[in-house]
Amino acid sequence: MNFRKFIIPLLGLALWELLALWLNNPVVLPPVECVIKVLINPQMSILGTGSLLDNTLISIKRVLSGFILAGAVGVPLGILMGYYPVVMDLFDIVIELLRPIPPLAWVPLALAWFGIGETSMLFIIFIGAFFPILLNTIAGVKGVPKILIETAQTLGAKEKDILLKVVIPASLPSILTGLRIGAGIAWMCVVAAEMLPGSSAGLGYLIMYAYSLSRMDVVIACMIIIGVIGLILDRGLRYIEDRYFKWRYLIK
Amino acid sequence: MKNILEIKNVSKKFVSNNREILAVDNISFEVKYNEFLSIVGPSGCGKSTLLRMIAGLEKPTSGEILMEGRRIEGPGAERGLVFQQYTLLPWRNVLDNVAFGLEIRGVPKRERYEIARRFIRMMGMEGFEEAYPYELSGGMQQRVAIARTLANDPKVVLMDEPFAALDVQTRAILQHELLKIWEREKKTVVFVTHSVEEAVYLSDRVIVMTARPGRIKDIIPIDLPRPRKRDSLEFIEYRRRIVNILKDEVLKSYNMYRYA
Repeated sequence: MNFRKFIIPLLGLALWELLALWLNNPVVLPPVECVIKVLINPQMSILGTGSLLDNTLISIKRVLSGFILAGAVGVPLGILMGYYPVVMDLFDIVIELLRPIPPLAWVPLALAWFGIGETSMLFIIFIGAFFPILLNTIAGVKGVPKILIETAQTLGAKEKDILLKVVIPASLPSILTGLRIGAGIAWMCVVAAEMLPGSSAGLGYLIMYAYSLSRMDVVIACMIIIGVIGLILDRGLRYIEDRYFKWRYLIK
Repeated sequence: MKNILEIKNVSKKFVSNNREILAVDNISFEVKYNEFLSIVGPSGCGKSTLLRMIAGLEKPTSGEILMEGRRIEGPGAERGLVFQQYTLLPWRNVLDNVAFGLEIRGVPKRERYEIARRFIRMMGMEGFEEAYPYELSGGMQQRVAIARTLANDPKVVLMDEPFAALDVQTRAILQHELLKIWEREKKTVVFVTHSVEEAVYLSDRVIVMTARPGRIKDIIPIDLPRPRKRDSLEFIEYRRRIVNILKDEVLKSYNMYRYA
């Protein structure tokens, strides 16, 4: 491990601690050890709303549901849009119009349609994860070198073989990139969705609740957990990309 | 019927930048069963386009191409094409690349691997079955691509400057191997190249094309027994003759690019 990489983080921690001691006001900035105390007792009930661990698991479950739904719709639709011009023409304008709308702008409509609760949150996460998955899948399919398709044709491949044995395998790396970006956005959306009125569990909720009780140590602990899980999500998918799609970077 | 392929009055126009370009101009010739036919010509003369039309990847603007009396309407396994570029599927290892054509035609795994291994051996790639394309040099990738086409057992093998990117020694070895396979497997080969020596070494007949628009300038039968000696007088005479026919055309195409 490279020691240099840890200089700035350690300096940052030291600065935080010094600043906290100097301010001596945990409502503005709690000392490092208070946050650590919250983090090392994840099963301890916090402020009567379940433990840190419970709330984390609830958030993860929501993200996974929304993310899997977005993948289940985005990947097939992206493949069809990338491969069949007809499908592209049908969906193109709708997608282009909806894509720039931030997931949070959907909140009022989501609440009106699905009411306060799980379905609305799922919808927001779905919206967040869907577009990067869809767009990367389309780009992957469109980026398949024409010569690979022609090669398959001269070997006797029919439409179905070309789709299943050339186009989809060739676009898998791009699809996976879309899933990775989508997972990151889904994770951001879940925290935001949980901060909405009517939410009663999850890391986002816990942050807002702890804030209303001026428990900044809990707020910061939640933020750290959000960051760490987002990092693990990203690195995990990146690992799969590197491990199974090494050929992507090494094409001569 | 002694002709496997009949190319009848074929022309091909491309549109680029709103300008029509005539790439192939009214070409007719036949290819006999089990013939080794080469096409040479200056770069840009439409020889690759011609080959792609025989493969069925491009449609002639006018005229038609018949295979065994039937009009070619699209690509098919009976006409295998070896491209000039590297075209292996990067996520498949050598064995699965060579077996690819057999796989899509539903040949059972054991059988197709057996066939694939035979052609891998034939192209001198034994021991690389598990290797991925990115681990191979260009020459090795091209050998695998040739093995892939041959393993699929096409009646006509179309080759578009397959050895262009290879070094002289590898080239000579692969030319030799190709002739051996051609003789043993009774294939018909249409071979596009810009190397006159290669054409004379390999072919029964050599078609010389003009600069764009591509027309047939001459067809020269190579009446030499195989294996041919590249330094024999007759070989050199054939080479000189074709080079002379080509010389004006190469100059024309050079000037065309220069003043275009």
